[in-house]
Amino acid sequence: MSHSDDTLLLANVSRRGLLKGLAGGSALLLAARWDLGLANEQAQFGAGAMPGGWVDNPNVFIHIDSDGLVTIINNRAEMGQGIRTSLVMVAADELGADWKQVRAQQADADQDKYGNQNTDGSRSMRHWYQPMRRAAAAARQMLEQAAANQWNVPVHEVRTGIHKVEHPGSGREIGFGDLASAARELEVPGRDALVLKPDSELRFIGKESGLINGELKSAYPKAIDGKDIVTGKAIFGADIDLENTLYAVVARPPVYGATVKSVDDSEALKVAGVKKTVRIEGTGQPAAFSPLGGIAVVATNTWAAMEGRRALKIEWDNAPAGDNADYTSDDYRKALETAAQSPGKVIRQSGDVEAALEEAAQRVSATYYMPHMSQAPMEPPVAVVRIKNGEAEAWAPVQHPRATREGIAGLLEMEAANVTVHQTLLGGGFGRKSKPDFVIEAARVASEFEGQPIKLQWSREDDIQHAYFHAVSVDHLEAGLDEDGNATSWRHRTLSPSITSLFAPDPKHKGEFELGMGFNTMPFSIPAIRLENPPAPAHVRIGWFRSVYNLPHAWAIQSFAHEMAVAAGRDHRDYVLDLLGPGREVHNLTVGDGWNYGEDPDLYPIDVARMRRVIERATEEAGWGRETKKGRGLGLAFHHSFVSYTAIVFDVEVDDDGKLTIHRADIAFDCGPQANPERIRAQMEGSCVMGIGIALQSEVTFKEGVAQQDNFDKYLIPRMPDAPEVVRVHLIDNPNDAMGGVGEPGLPPVAPALCNAIYAATGKRIRRLPVGNQLS
Amino acid sequence: MINLTINGQQHELDVPDDMPLLWAIRDVVGMKGTKFGCGISQCGACTVHLNGTAIRSCVTPVSAATGDIRTIEAMADDPVGSKVQQAWLDLGVAQCGYCQGGQIMNATALLKKTPEPDTQEIVDAMAGNLCRCGTYNRILAAIERAAGKEANS
Repeated sequence: MSHSDDTLLLANVSRRGLLKGLAGGSALLLAARWDLGLANEQAQFGAGAMPGGWVDNPNVFIHIDSDGLVTIINNRAEMGQGIRTSLVMVAADELGADWKQVRAQQADADQDKYGNQNTDGSRSMRHWYQPMRRAAAAARQMLEQAAANQWNVPVHEVRTGIHKVEHPGSGREIGFGDLASAARELEVPGRDALVLKPDSELRFIGKESGLINGELKSAYPKAIDGKDIVTGKAIFGADIDLENTLYAVVARPPVYGATVKSVDDSEALKVAGVKKTVRIEGTGQPAAFSPLGGIAVVATNTWAAMEGRRALKIEWDNAPAGDNADYTSDDYRKALETAAQSPGKVIRQSGDVEAALEEAAQRVSATYYMPHMSQAPMEPPVAVVRIKNGEAEAWAPVQHPRATREGIAGLLEMEAANVTVHQTLLGGGFGRKSKPDFVIEAARVASEFEGQPIKLQWSREDDIQHAYFHAVSVDHLEAGLDEDGNATSWRHRTLSPSITSLFAPDPKHKGEFELGMGFNTMPFSIPAIRLENPPAPAHVRIGWFRSVYNLPHAWAIQSFAHEMAVAAGRDHRDYVLDLLGPGREVHNLTVGDGWNYGEDPDLYPIDVARMRRVIERATEEAGWGRETKKGRGLGLAFHHSFVSYTAIVFDVEVDDDGKLTIHRADIAFDCGPQANPERIRAQMEGSCVMGIGIALQSEVTFKEGVAQQDNFDKYLIPRMPDAPEVVRVHLIDNPNDAMGGVGEPGLPPVAPALCNAIYAATGKRIRRLPVGNQLS
Repeated sequence: MINLTINGQQHELDVPDDMPLLWAIRDVVGMKGTKFGCGISQCGACTVHLNGTAIRSCVTPVSAATGDIRTIEAMADDPVGSKVQQAWLDLGVAQCGYCQGGQIMNATALLKKTPEPDTQEIVDAMAGNLCRCGTYNRILAAIERAAGKEANS
């Protein structure tokens, strides 16, 4: 993408300086103006560079009824990260709305109207904080102008109170509801005329509330869907209830790329309630977001459809699947481990690693494995689609509404304008629902039933066996240390199938965005560094899983740094602080990362000082260095991802039988300015628990192309007894940097920190995940 | 014909005897608060009360569901259930919320049987309810709060 001379100039005069103090009163105004300098068309980075960019028109996002009810449109998918609350809260605060009179309304899929809606990459708050504040500030100024007009006073004499506009000079006031119709007629103020509220007038943004490290400071009243959730009224994908609905499940080919050779549905059609079977053509490889194909069974209820599916007799044709039908996890792991012994495509290089390794007083070497995993959101994929008179209407829990809309339009060969996608709440996403294949399947089935809604439900078996799997990985590292244990060289080979294999002929190498997730952005200061990426083919659908390739990269690098510290006979924390070196900003381009999560490297460099700060905070809070009894130990890991910084210390105990108890987790997190600290804490707590599952339990293996786990009895995820006894989250007060991501950066350091703690407790080094029964 | 009494209301359903109660509640009666998560009694998202006991409706055939069935929709009017719901709100337990109806049903059944459970009793009782968002520490704190203890996760 080209950029104008203006943006180059801005880059050179430190946009970062302008953005410093994002949460500060006058600085906020500057920050807003900074964004104004980059219209969507010009933007090279950030929100403006996303498809659809940002929108800040108050008439799109904010509606006020004459009775004062404020409706704020949320354009991002709510999947548990709390964005429907947090983003609406941001707008309500800027507007001056009484929270009790605010409701959220979910936007349909419409990128032209609502801007980018692809809820992915931990981007929602950092990309929409400013546009939503501007939209709300504009609405507030329109209300103020309407009041000034009514009172016939200059607008600078009026001010906004809570849900009303006041004229202090005369003591008059009018509620938002009474001003709404007049305000709506006014022109939207220009962006340069907007005045955002100073920090001192904010009531919600950046304010701590709720449960803070075990203490309830104040009940948390703002969860916008909280009451509906606890009373069973919240509407998730399967809860859409339309008259005349038929229910479908699909038998899909067990091997990726296989097709239906023959089907006998006679027994299925005899099952009470079964209406019809529908053959879904798969689109072969690469599958992208298309259905895998198979046979759909359509019935009057979900159970009948499932019973009908059980009665199908299908012969699959594995020939189109090619060598996917030979895919067996043990063999594949060994093949990658062998490949890791040879040099691969060079990704980053400085100094002469081979010479430094030769000269090293001590060499450390290790190979780490992380298996395939399925996202397994508690709500399995599900969608409702109705096709009528050449128009399609879908209700679905999707992270990517535009891809859903275009996918349906493509399948049905209709204009996207004739496809409506209503976004329900998501019962968890974790990347699975970024792929709308399940909605497109539902549309395919619905195309056989003019005018009749089809609810297509995935079972848990479907979900685990036909996931877009987290990439299996082998990471091989070797380091040279001098006589004092200091690192003189670092060689890292990373091998994983690439997500890009989903969209194009398998490149067998990781793409830039995959390498940029903690591999080439590794911030250690070591004289000789060589990073390589040998090939690794894909044999299943590979897809985003929360934190994506940061998971294996952090797992390998953070485990290995600990192994180096042990080899050097040094304290782990002191050693990694030395590896990081002094606080400094590492520009992404200097380490070969041209991606940087889509953000401007001038605004979002790799900030080693921030990395050091979270390490120092987490270790301090955990009482790092204290004596522990036999069988007990502390473990540390840290990682920079989604332009935020996380460090975790676990305190664990392993008894003589190998039973692990996690006493405590201390998590230090720096995402820059915090819009809703309460939900940031919740994300850190949840990431901690999910990461424990990645470390200890979760694995999908394949045998001859078929997933060997199919439900929660075999594919294990954490349960309450697996959670730490205590989780403490320590948010770094840092309003001065640019806002970072929250939903994903808590996850990558969890598994290595836990395994490092297990080593500290037992001397047992884990190099292969999950831990499973390796401790017994 | 199958007769079910759900939240005090009679329902006469024309469904096979072996249909799991979950699907009868969701697809036939049309109440959506009870969720499908696994279908094999591994996750607890489908938890309802049958004669006061927490059961997994996904593996309970309708023919065995004789008696008083209560779902999450009835908990606001239940003295213990409503206390549990309020504790959930106060502590901001839910993330995505999909499993939380089942969690609340299980927690309510626990507190009815054991009004002042200790931590281990809570952990043991809740071990069958999965939450992929990982809200367990807050769930534990909320159950203690509903039982009248301080939040001290």
